[in-house]
Amino acid sequence: MSETLTHAGDPAHDRTVSGVAIRLEGVTKRYPGQSEPAVDAVDLEIAAGETVMFVGPSGCGKTTLLKMLNRLIEPSGGKIFLGDEDVTGQDPDQLRRRIGYVIQAGGLFPHMTVGTNIGLVPGMLKWDRKRIAERIDELLDLVGLDPEVYRDRFPKELSGGQQQRVGVARALAADPPVLLMDEPFGAVDPITRQRLQDELLRIQEELGKTIVFVTHDFDEAVKLGDRIVVFDVGARVVQYDTPEAILAEPAEDYVADFVGAGATLKQLTLTRVGDTGLHTPVTAAAGEDSAAVVTRATAAGEQYVVVTDGRGRPISWPSVAELTRTTTVPATRDERLPVVGLRSTLNDALDTMLAASQGGVVVTGRRDAVAGVLVVEQVMAAIQSTRGETRG
Amino acid sequence: MTAAVDLAVTAPETVEPGGRRDGVAWRGLLVQPALIVVVAVAFVVWRSTATLTDAEARPLGWSALGGSILDHLQLVAVAAVVVLAVGIPLGVLLTRGPFRRASPLVLGVANTGQAAPAIGLFVLLATWLGFGFGSAVVALVLYSVLPVLRNTMVGLQGVDARLVEAGRGMGMSALAVLLRVELPLAVPVVLSGVRTALVLLVGTATLATFIDGGGLGLLITTGINLNLDTLLYSGALLVALLALAVDWVGRVVETLARPKGL
Repeated sequence: MSETLTHAGDPAHDRTVSGVAIRLEGVTKRYPGQSEPAVDAVDLEIAAGETVMFVGPSGCGKTTLLKMLNRLIEPSGGKIFLGDEDVTGQDPDQLRRRIGYVIQAGGLFPHMTVGTNIGLVPGMLKWDRKRIAERIDELLDLVGLDPEVYRDRFPKELSGGQQQRVGVARALAADPPVLLMDEPFGAVDPITRQRLQDELLRIQEELGKTIVFVTHDFDEAVKLGDRIVVFDVGARVVQYDTPEAILAEPAEDYVADFVGAGATLKQLTLTRVGDTGLHTPVTAAAGEDSAAVVTRATAAGEQYVVVTDGRGRPISWPSVAELTRTTTVPATRDERLPVVGLRSTLNDALDTMLAASQGGVVVTGRRDAVAGVLVVEQVMAAIQSTRGETRG
Repeated sequence: MTAAVDLAVTAPETVEPGGRRDGVAWRGLLVQPALIVVVAVAFVVWRSTATLTDAEARPLGWSALGGSILDHLQLVAVAAVVVLAVGIPLGVLLTRGPFRRASPLVLGVANTGQAAPAIGLFVLLATWLGFGFGSAVVALVLYSVLPVLRNTMVGLQGVDARLVEAGRGMGMSALAVLLRVELPLAVPVVLSGVRTALVLLVGTATLATFIDGGGLGLLITTGINLNLDTLLYSGALLVALLALAVDWVGRVVETLARPKGL
């Protein structure tokens, strides 16, 4: 059985696209001694610049299919196209230098520095030293790590989340049009995972690669994917659609089961923090005169003030009562300050609040500057409204 | 919906950049040479002051002693070069795709080589290849190749398969992954096998004298045959010192060659 799944009506992308389309025609993988193929004649089209999430039960063949895209697993049959180019017969090593590959925990080489790890593929492509060095710093910047601090460190000197960021930077090093990600955020704690997801969304918005992302976490698929492919055994494509459509109309009972009973709450994963009415807080720069800030907050009827550093990034969130006990606004950074990005989901925001035992989160936008605050009541209101919608 | 409560996990680990070569390891490396030097000096003092019979004085004369030590080192060095040249490439080969199937067979042979009584190995080879230096080297190689071979294989097998996949996945050839990822990461294990082999070689080379291969074994056998304890003890002591010295050099190389960042 083979049916081509195409999407003629592409969502209007006004963002940059540096990726290329991927087309699979009857891609099959048969292992000797197994009666059923692991991947059975899959036809799939992935539009340039889209993030497509592969989800499905373990053993359904989604990882096998991903690894056939860069031929870590050689297909037994079928054709793979990047753009209009048939790459099925191309030299795998050459092909892989054009496809970024990110695995769990980054897969960094422990005996090489962060910089060396990132510079590997450009080195293989014979870039000159200066260009590689510039590219390393540019990429570390892109993934939010200070090049001066991290360039010459070894992977073991980094936290799990930082290693994963370097893993993404390494995959992007030679500016490949396609990025394959194999459960990359599976091994980090939920808070770090959420930050990494936000980061990936931001990077993707900037770069517009074609990303194929395997995950077993449906929430992650809904959050990150432009489209989701739900697979059954043999990598049978059960449904290939936008997250909204899959949640609203699961194609089969199988998908409905997979999406799970919490589908109503999963709508929380569809709503971005930036799409809700954010509250604009009273902000104060560290070192400002406390009395003036207190007057300003009282005038605005606010109980809390967001304190920012020199670049407008939030550092703490004290109450007005706390501020009255000081003469100038303290510059101490609150390590437990709950922060989410504009592209985070309401689900993330709620997680972050619960983790910090706070009733709200500070929302940051471009360059991590304060964009507003979101309080738990707004999240509750969103839950109420989606529950109402599905009932009505 | 999962509520994450454990914040401690996100706390970044602070490790000093390039943090390795901790003082303790280096201090450990200093005790061994100190001991070797003290014992060696004691031996030299004893040898210069003791009154020896004629039969004792000849093999213990400075030039005869020096010659025996050099012969011994030569045996060890030649055998070690062959062991490295055979053991490491063979170990690499046996962890590569189709050759993996041959590994039980080769390991079996190497195991037999080591399990067989060394003296038997020497005598058997001598009757087959003739007496002398060459046969002694072959016997020594057979006897000590196993640790190098086995540790090369174990070291390579111990490299995280995901790292190999990451390397292939970014477009490194199989050879590039071997040279830039697998071998560097296997270095500590391989070198510890090399050190074991070297120490085995120094000890076993004493048997070379039975097939006319020379070395410090001569002192020991002469000491036993003529019932001259002075010769016996001198030979045994010098072999032990040599083994300890080789072991120490091995440890230093291991410490220096250990890849940074591990």
